[in-house]
Amino acid sequence: MGLSKLNSLYREVILDHSDHPHHKHALADSTSTITLKNPTCGDVINLDVKLDATDHIADIGFTGDGCTISQSSASMMTDAVMGKSKEEALHMAKTFSDMVMGKEHPQADLDQLEDAAILSSIMQFPARIKCATLSWWALQRALMREEDQVTKED
Amino acid sequence: MASNVTDFTQDFAILNQRVNDEPLTYLDNAATAQKPQQVIDALTHFYQHDNANVHRGVHTLAERATEQYEAARAKVQHFINAAEPAEVIFTKGATDGLNLVASTYGEAHVQAGDEIVISIMEHHSNLIPWQQLALKKHATLKYIGLTADGELDLADAAKKITDKTKIVALTHASNVLGTITPLKQVAKLAHQHGAIIVGDGAQAAPHIKVDVQDLDVDFYAFSGHKMMGPTGIGALYGKRSLLDATDPYQYGGEMIDFVNLYDSTWTELPWKFEAGTQNIAGAIGLGAAVDYLEAVGMDQVAAHEQRLVDYLLPKMLDLDYLEIYGPHDPAKHTGVIAFNIKGIHPHDVATALDMEGVAVRAGHHCAQPLMKELHQVATARASFYLYNTQADADRLLNAIQEAKEFFSHGSVEAK
Ligand SMILES: Cc1ncc(COP(=O)(O)O)c(C=O)c1O
Repeated sequence: MGLSKLNSLYREVILDHSDHPHHKHALADSTSTITLKNPTCGDVINLDVKLDATDHIADIGFTGDGCTISQSSASMMTDAVMGKSKEEALHMAKTFSDMVMGKEHPQADLDQLEDAAILSSIMQFPARIKCATLSWWALQRALMREEDQVTKED
Repeated sequence: MASNVTDFTQDFAILNQRVNDEPLTYLDNAATAQKPQQVIDALTHFYQHDNANVHRGVHTLAERATEQYEAARAKVQHFINAAEPAEVIFTKGATDGLNLVASTYGEAHVQAGDEIVISIMEHHSNLIPWQQLALKKHATLKYIGLTADGELDLADAAKKITDKTKIVALTHASNVLGTITPLKQVAKLAHQHGAIIVGDGAQAAPHIKVDVQDLDVDFYAFSGHKMMGPTGIGALYGKRSLLDATDPYQYGGEMIDFVNLYDSTWTELPWKFEAGTQNIAGAIGLGAAVDYLEAVGMDQVAAHEQRLVDYLLPKMLDLDYLEIYGPHDPAKHTGVIAFNIKGIHPHDVATALDMEGVAVRAGHHCAQPLMKELHQVATARASFYLYNTQADADRLLNAIQEAKEFFSHGSVEAK
């Protein structure tokens, strides 16, 4: 088989995102910050999210080291959720994790993921699924944490 | 390659398969080794013919099981040249043995202000037990550093070990740098200062002749699964005088002498440290692995791996896009070779290699402080064993070249 199978994973879009990741920087005025680690390889992602008064993602940025898959996934994730409401973003995170686990989803949900939908090919590489989901988990945690803080302050 | 080691692959059915349509090249032996048919047969035979609990029954099967369990202990004793079988305690593995020492001997002897000395290349299993003990006891944890080419810095060891040092814990072979440490010299340093030395033999016992008396280590822990034995079994060597003076690790059946309502006495070594029903089949399987390795001879095992390293390492060093960790002199390097393709994350490299049937590890190798020292988040690691061949080394080289090409161009033509 050799490396030709890799073509389905390392698509041009994915390599573009990992070579030139979008929103790869820390935010000075984030409302929620999270650091997550991929336990298998030790890769770390720091995610900063800024929610506006209406609970929409006004800005988002990430930093950290990682493989092609984790870096491009984070880049595509930030593109897709920018400007989305918290509800929408959480729904997208759910769609993404379901997608990489091979669960069926309405096409409209997948379309919402934009470039990130291309990572459905990760299914063929089970050892790498965590690389793809890391940033989406970070997003989920960051938004949930935001919820915790809000309820505590209430 | 001139080799008097014959083809071992026939004993390892698992190696004879295709992975991703390519012949499997198993180079993740530092994580765990494959098991020869002889070990698998020993387990099957035990369960089919002799299974019973040990030291508990008067019936025939109990007698057979006990006899085989203790025979396995004697095999391990000879394998590491311990003075007597009672100095060999069966454990779950290296991690279990190291934790045993930290929470019994360490707990009893380390006090506030004392020092524990380990090295920066330790696996987390020989680091966290000491770190936590130091925290709990308000003792100081000190790290021996590395020389420029990635060996243990003996001069630094001489500085770090002082009269305040109670325990020195050192790996005998690095699971990342591919070095054998001067454990014997460090043991001497430790003893000169009245400290004890604990050796982590997880990466050494499978690959080189270990003589605990010659090394003069006080404790020495290793795992069965990395030396062709089953998972869930390992051994801890301890000097009798220390084991005798140390309280048990766990309490329960098998390890008692007399149990009264308000106190108990402990049985003799080694059973004092083997509370509850042990991994009997695992111990017998480990005995079979020892038999297998002894039949080849540990000197032969080491020589075979050295020949592979002599062949492979210079070829890897010739590839200027590779970064190799640990000594570049093959004579100083074991069959554990950590590397990175510059600019490509090791995780991506390992996936590419897997598509070529080549199994390597990518990650921090449970040695995060060492990764920091090397300024790496992670590395790829190929690790060899007795059944690996020069053809495996060539397949690795070829797969590395293909991976490099793939990630430089972003794709390959379908073959
Ligand atoms: C140097 C070293 N020490 C300790 C261990 C822990 O061995 P185990 O997980 O079998 O307890 C390992 C295993 O990776 C190792 O390489």
